[in-house]
Amino acid sequence: MASTRVEHAFSRVGPGFAVVESVRVDQITPRARLGITARLILSIIIAFVMLIPVLWMAMTAFKARPDATASPPKVIFVPSLDGFIGLFTNRTQLSAAALAEQQQRTDLNFWERQTLARGMRILGPSKFVSQLSNSLIIAISSTILAVTLGLLSAYAFSRYDIPGKRDWLFFILSTRMLPAVVVTIPIFLMYRAVGLYDTHVGMILLYTVFNLSFSVWLLKGFIDEIPIEYEEAALVDGYSRLQAFRKIVLPQCVTGIAATAVFCLIFAWNEYAFALMLTSEKARTAPPAIPANLGIGGIEWHVIAAGSMLFLIPVVIVTFALRQYLLRGVTFGAIRQ
Amino acid sequence: MTTSEAVAGGEPLRIKARRQINDRAIQQLFIMPTLVLLILWNVFPLFYSLFLSFTQYSHSGKAPPVWIGTGNFDALLNDPKIWAAFAVTGRYALLSVLSQTLIGFGLALLLRAKFKANGLLTTLILIPMMLSPVIVGMFWRLIFNPLMGIFNYMIGFWNPTTAPIWLKDHALISVVIVDVWMWSPFVMLLCLSGLKAIPDYIYEAAEIDRASPWRQFWRITLPHVAPLLLLAVLFRTIEAFKAFDLVMGLTGGGPGNVTETVSVALYRMVFQGQARTGMASALAYVVLIVIIAVSNVYIWYLNKMKEA
Repeated sequence: MASTRVEHAFSRVGPGFAVVESVRVDQITPRARLGITARLILSIIIAFVMLIPVLWMAMTAFKARPDATASPPKVIFVPSLDGFIGLFTNRTQLSAAALAEQQQRTDLNFWERQTLARGMRILGPSKFVSQLSNSLIIAISSTILAVTLGLLSAYAFSRYDIPGKRDWLFFILSTRMLPAVVVTIPIFLMYRAVGLYDTHVGMILLYTVFNLSFSVWLLKGFIDEIPIEYEEAALVDGYSRLQAFRKIVLPQCVTGIAATAVFCLIFAWNEYAFALMLTSEKARTAPPAIPANLGIGGIEWHVIAAGSMLFLIPVVIVTFALRQYLLRGVTFGAIRQ
Repeated sequence: MTTSEAVAGGEPLRIKARRQINDRAIQQLFIMPTLVLLILWNVFPLFYSLFLSFTQYSHSGKAPPVWIGTGNFDALLNDPKIWAAFAVTGRYALLSVLSQTLIGFGLALLLRAKFKANGLLTTLILIPMMLSPVIVGMFWRLIFNPLMGIFNYMIGFWNPTTAPIWLKDHALISVVIVDVWMWSPFVMLLCLSGLKAIPDYIYEAAEIDRASPWRQFWRITLPHVAPLLLLAVLFRTIEAFKAFDLVMGLTGGGPGNVTETVSVALYRMVFQGQARTGMASALAYVVLIVIIAVSNVYIWYLNKMKEA
């Protein structure tokens, strides 16, 4: 009854009509509740559709080769570790005699048994193992450097009246806007001249610089939020600047530092253009390496999917951990939730 | 430590002088490493490639750079392939930014309401944005595959022989589709924060004034979200002009040069074929000028937002 009266009131709205009866706007009508349910269902469908490519990748990673390339694509399949074995190992096909001999052995580990069941023997780790560890080393080292240096600069920019502060900050941000391909040519020539081409140190320094502008801007935002009065009180109490920085500012922006670090880690982990052009063998990271697997022995989609999935899972987990700070991260700290 | 001793000793004047010197030292110490790194890795290379852009040079040969004045720029501006690359980039940027804006804003309007699990769903939708573009692009090759891929099946083409072959016949549209899939959530994230900042009482007041939902949208929602929406559009436009990772993963610029964006053209010029380093540096400068023009608008806008 109540709801129909509300509808009636709404049916003749506008400046020309008299307000016949008042409407309660703080109450959830059955119609509004229906709307919310509809939104919920629609959102679930959209989220599912958006995630289909990621789910498909995870599924393909656990398929055997024929299932991965079946036409029409298979939704239901027998899980297999083929992709991961292909990803991590170099293998050789065994002759019948060698196979029988190997099967007698009892000292084999899980992966060796899995490979043996496919009539193959593991020769050693594949290149991907070293590429993944390169990715880890380079991403973590450059993140530590970028956050440390960024934190110091951010503190100075936040707390001191530095002449030309706005211009410096503008300059720092503008370096981030440069397209990778544009700066790579001179950096490539520079690295080749000083022997940094295809080295870990070269990549770590490059990613540090690449992330610095971001970490300065984001951390400055976090430090700006800490009331300056805390430090002033500490200084009055006889702390030195460095002590105040260490004992007052650092503990206050631990979450900010963590969020910044994770963003830097993701950028370095995902970076492709620099790695493609400035590394070849020794320091090659995973992003340029995974597509390169395409050529070898036809397209091994299950192997590619396994590699991609291992590569993407950390990022998915981190996205959840970071969800509060995502907005801040993607806008260089300009917008705070 | 020394400061506290000095305080005990009662020498306030000296402490003040010393603290100021310390402060300046700290400023220098804290900021210098950052600036030195940025200058060495960004400013110096830019000057170096400015020099190279006026020379004829190939990094694979032994010959040193030879000064040829504006020869590279003349050649570039008369090269129809370069114009084609800019046209591809422009079309790609226009199509993907437009679709992302519409879809992202739509998603934000949908997810703004307070219902159960809304935070979880928002985060799930945001996942594509965080992934590595090159790996995403490469995996979409399988998804677009006419025989083994699920894309055609999902949009209703059940027969592989009549279904469109996306990466061959509609390569640029395929890149746009993946880009929209990845980056609509970004627009959504920004719009959501704009929507959440609109106070409820404005809508309540509008309700009391009998404003229709349509009118509420145009007069309240849109004007409030507009600054953030514009920010998202600017940011995506800059990124679209830089498009490289996704295109390399998905099509590698092909087939032929249908999806060859400026960045991909630049990469091919230096690292594939004849290694025309001097010419590529010139092209890099042309790209740089375009990006700087757009970026300046963006940074100016960011600063304005921070002040507001």
